[in-house]
Amino acid sequence: MEEKDLSHPRIGVFICHCGINIGAYVNVPDLVEYAKQLPNVVHAERNLFTCSEEGISAIKRGTKEYNLNRVLVASCTPRTHEPLFRAACEEVGLNKYLFEFVNIRDQCSWVHMREPQKATEKAKDLIRMGVAKARLLQPLEEIEMEVDPSALVIGGGIVGMEAALNLANQGFNIHLVEKEPELGGTLRSINKLFPINQEAVKLIKPLVEQIKSHPKIKTHLSSRVSQVTGFIGNFNINLDGKGKAEQFTVGTIIVAVGAEPLKPTGQYGYGKMNNVLTQLELEERMKKGKSLGQNVIMINCVGARVPERTYCSRICCMTAIKNAFLIKESNPKAKVWILHRDLMTYGVDFETYYRKAMELGVRFIRYSLERPPEIIGDEKVENIKVYHELWRKEIELPCDMLVLTTPLIPAEDNQNISKMLKVSLDEFGFLLEAHLKLRPVEFAMDGIYICGSARWPTDVTEGVSQAYAAAAKAAGPLRMGYVKAEAINAVVNEDECSGCGICELLCSFQAIELQPRDNKRVSHINEAVCKGCGTCGAACPSGAISMHHFTDEQIIAQVEALFS
Amino acid sequence: MDNFEPRIVAFCCNWCSYAGADLAGTSRIQYSPNIRVIRVMCSGRVNPLFVLKALSIGADGVLILGCHPGDCHYLEGNYKTLRRIPLLKKMLKQLGIEEERVRLEWISASEGAKFAEVANNFTQTIKNLGPSSLGPFK
Ligand SMILES: Cc1cc2nc3c(=O)[nH]c(=O)nc-3n(C[C@H](O)[C@H](O)[C@H](O)COP(=O)(O)OP(=O)(O)OC[C@H]3O[C@@H](n4cnc5c(N)ncnc54)[C@H](O)[C@@H]3O)c2cc1C
Ligand code: SF4
Ligand code: SF4
Ligand code: SF4
Ligand code: FES
Repeated sequence: MEEKDLSHPRIGVFICHCGINIGAYVNVPDLVEYAKQLPNVVHAERNLFTCSEEGISAIKRGTKEYNLNRVLVASCTPRTHEPLFRAACEEVGLNKYLFEFVNIRDQCSWVHMREPQKATEKAKDLIRMGVAKARLLQPLEEIEMEVDPSALVIGGGIVGMEAALNLANQGFNIHLVEKEPELGGTLRSINKLFPINQEAVKLIKPLVEQIKSHPKIKTHLSSRVSQVTGFIGNFNINLDGKGKAEQFTVGTIIVAVGAEPLKPTGQYGYGKMNNVLTQLELEERMKKGKSLGQNVIMINCVGARVPERTYCSRICCMTAIKNAFLIKESNPKAKVWILHRDLMTYGVDFETYYRKAMELGVRFIRYSLERPPEIIGDEKVENIKVYHELWRKEIELPCDMLVLTTPLIPAEDNQNISKMLKVSLDEFGFLLEAHLKLRPVEFAMDGIYICGSARWPTDVTEGVSQAYAAAAKAAGPLRMGYVKAEAINAVVNEDECSGCGICELLCSFQAIELQPRDNKRVSHINEAVCKGCGTCGAACPSGAISMHHFTDEQIIAQVEALFS
Repeated sequence: MDNFEPRIVAFCCNWCSYAGADLAGTSRIQYSPNIRVIRVMCSGRVNPLFVLKALSIGADGVLILGCHPGDCHYLEGNYKTLRRIPLLKKMLKQLGIEEERVRLEWISASEGAKFAEVANNFTQTIKNLGPSSLGPFK
């Protein structure tokens, strides 16, 4: 492609209506007229949806027709749409760093809906500032960074194990880190699995064996990750094992730390009366074949869908139904009641399972949050009083064993992991993916992925599907062998550097080193290591450091344009 | 000065506070329209000279918004910003500018409401202070 002449800025401005999202609050035609008279703007137009097929063609057409060498889009946020518009520029031979983004939706129309005039004025300011920066944009080349062909999987439950095996079988070296002395996670305690009543141990045992003997998997038991630095391609991992620390590098990371069942201390006599257990404790008992008594009562949603924990834990209804089913199956004379608030038995298999449980004689009684069941008894629970919502009266049931169905809650380490990996948590403390629908197993941080109950409670089927998805995503960069780093980095003008060393001290990435040159020492920045934060550039007393794509001149031009 | 509308520059880091501003948008939180955002990669990029420049040519206030301590995408850029602020305020004092005209705040990607709150609160602070005495037209 022929080289563009960049010396005389020819700026094209594309202003988006975003349907009514912008157009209804900001006077877009007015903005177009305004943009047209800004210096160096040779073309301005408006698009109904700039990100649509049509809008993208408009950018490409405009660039060719007006021989643009800088493109500015005023629309939404660069955090979601910059890659798209940059790609459009590149398709017509314009380096992607010659593109500038102005946000008039998230920063104008959506937040000043009641003040359209002021929103329009503000949009004009922002466009004027953007044009001022665009005028000074320079093309940049991205460097390719090598990717270490290995991955870290945090958490050795079924989901982490499946992800690790999947990646290892594709030929990548895997570090699998588990905080407990054994692999298997929650499934180690579980008896049989809904909806197929398969023994959990039969599922995990072969997996554990495959992992232990796999030449590509190194398992670190009784270990936790203590520090992570670096970026996609080269994460440096520090492990804290029992008494010994370890260090290694990986290209990508999968988080599969699962979740923990809530211990309902203080509720319905739990912790005080000896015949009150959680579903997990019941599973352990059933696994050992211990007796359960004739009258078993289960209370669902204990600690779930309550004001202090509003979410539904998804797996618990099915867990209760499964255990009730299994009790009736092995002892048809037993009486089993499930006291529930709603029943979540979504999908084909679960609903069928629920019906079978009813046919086996499991009884379901609905209670309400306002009138929860009451326990009767001193040492142990003897009876349960419950207000039957449908019969509209209180009934009393005999009870040999009371089983509390509690939700899965975020793993205790999530806070730590969120800080260490710079990934988000949702309002409940579960780890949060980048986008629920478009990037379901990825974090917003490049190269880090999530699967299983670490995100929100999943059953095994869902968790394992997510493990495969995360493994496929994590394998992408490993297979490519390189990633492109943004060309936003710092460069030194050695002639102006006084060798003071301030920048070297400030860089958190050790990208800067003073090196001898002629008779003095000058700053040298390793561009493969520099992450482009700009901290050094902001501090250099000699103004010798320039930050690509966010130069002093560009930022000051924006400031000046605002007040011009 | 009843109808004084302050002109405010907000330097936002790309990873947390800019994302917080986006969230204020997607959540349709309405806030005062006096803020003009300049995106930088990290709050550590904000050279005090940018702030002085803005104040000297017409800004009535400047916000520097970054990730919470410990959350900076570049590990410690925000700590370095934090350490620069007292120096910057000292310079302001020497120039005879109220130090309240510059404010550093931490806003995470999930704090859209906080972004709006800071924008409103800061606008009010500047309204109370009145126009900056340093601007060219004042
Ligand atoms: C009582 C009960 C019954 C259930 N019954 C069924 C059923 O019948 N059928 C079904 O499909 N599902 C069932 N489930 C759900 C099932 O347990 C989950 O789907 C499954 O455990 C999810 O696997 P996971 O690997 O994501 O999480 P987990 O099993 O929780 O494993 C996470 C692993 O990560 C480790 N870990 C945590 N933090 C760290 C850290 N910081 N560093 C290193 N390692 C860490 C943990 O020690 C653990 O080994 C049941 C759950 C419960 C509680
Ligand atoms: S480019 Fe952004 S603002 Fe325009 S239509 Fe697409 S989403 Fe909306
Ligand atoms: S801070 Fe500036 S002058 Fe000092 S060593 Fe670094 S580049 Fe050179
Ligand atoms: S821009 Fe940031 S990462 Fe790059 S050299 Fe400067 S301080 Fe280090
Ligand atoms: S990236 Fe937000 S303050 Fe550094």
